[in-house]
Amino acid sequence: MGEVIEASQTENYRDKIARRAAQEVEDGMLINLGIGIPTKVADFIPSEKSVFFHAENGIAGTGPSPLPGEENANLCNAGGFPVTLVPGASFFDSATAFAIIRRGLLDMTILGVLEVSQQGDIANWIVPGKRVPGMGGAMELAQKAKKVLVLTTHLDKQGRSKIVRECNLPLTAKASADLIITDMAVMEVKKEGLYLREVMHPYTVADVIGATEAELLIEGDVKIFR
Amino acid sequence: MGNTWNKEISLQEALSYFHSGMTLMVGGFGGVGNPPSLIQGMLDKGVTELTIISNDTAFPDIGLGRLITNRRAKKVIASHIGSNPNAGSQMTAGELEVEFCPQGILAERVRAGGVGLGGILSDIGIGTIAEKGKEKITVADKEYLLETPLTAEVAIVYAKKADRFGNLVYDTSARNFNPLVAMAGDITIVEAEEIVEVGELDPEEIVTSGVFVTYIVKSEGVNWKWAWEK
Repeated sequence: MGEVIEASQTENYRDKIARRAAQEVEDGMLINLGIGIPTKVADFIPSEKSVFFHAENGIAGTGPSPLPGEENANLCNAGGFPVTLVPGASFFDSATAFAIIRRGLLDMTILGVLEVSQQGDIANWIVPGKRVPGMGGAMELAQKAKKVLVLTTHLDKQGRSKIVRECNLPLTAKASADLIITDMAVMEVKKEGLYLREVMHPYTVADVIGATEAELLIEGDVKIFR
Repeated sequence: MGNTWNKEISLQEALSYFHSGMTLMVGGFGGVGNPPSLIQGMLDKGVTELTIISNDTAFPDIGLGRLITNRRAKKVIASHIGSNPNAGSQMTAGELEVEFCPQGILAERVRAGGVGLGGILSDIGIGTIAEKGKEKITVADKEYLLETPLTAEVAIVYAKKADRFGNLVYDTSARNFNPLVAMAGDITIVEAEEIVEVGELDPEEIVTSGVFVTYIVKSEGVNWKWAWEK
């Protein structure tokens, strides 16, 4: 039996999403974590699993944040924050970092979105006229990682579903998401459509369907993730 | 036979190669690996109207972010400007032209320029607004976008160690875009933390051959506080 990371008494929805996402991590994977909730996934991966984290600037094998005072200002993740290395880590230039992604050698990318559609289209880099940060490495990651895991709140700040029939915002990549994990549900994108696989306790299937703009398909049992 | 290679010049001398209106390529990623002394020198000299090619615009008071904050750029070709709100506000106000390019494609465009290729074919961004204005080329029944190479009048690079010929060793993830940028300048100026004699670097550890390097300047060190520093 593998180590199971239990929910803490005070767990917030972000940690719960990250804890569920960590269940998708398999031994031996090379994984890229986006900023925000995806970064937290690392905290929930059981210690007996060996994985390497990939950083777009040019690292395979980043480890936890260094202790205060022990930072190397040049050794940072793609967000510009200090990291450590795990044994077996390597450095390369940023072209090679993306060669790894385009060549299909990145097993999983875990990223946040503004919108994700029931076909798996992802929009996460621009709100025209409002927020225009640029795509960074998101297009390559979404388009080329073997498995694309989307972590997001189910609703935006205005209470609208971020899980939509068609994205309204400009796309990062078409038909790229494989699994969507929110504070309300776990949904799988397949050719036939978007399947509701799990609901996050205490939400019900009816709650999730009511809150989701996309069409949700159900086959078999919908599990409860506590 | 002695070796007379010496590409080291003073910062003052290096600054004679920077002028307003030029195209400048800058190594670095989120400010990490931006060459601090050359950037400070450009600010002090009053170089402006720059077209900057770099992964990002760093942070407002870090690295090349200062060139943006001090309004020294008219155009930026980058993958990301989100960590420097000044870049966003200047873009919104129509004062800064920004050409966005997916990060890995930007790296390859810089590399293509640096290695003498006429362009690269990639399927990144097909079906998104990133394909706008790009020629489509079909190879073996698969559609690609033609991505054009990038070079610059001057490329600036940050290295941990340079020998006097310009052979370079980088520091951890400060490598990032630097080896690519080092190849893509008509003139490549390296700012090195340490300059050593020819022969002192193990040929096996050299990441960038000095063949690509025009000049070397001794770094005066980072003169900003990192975003994570309290």
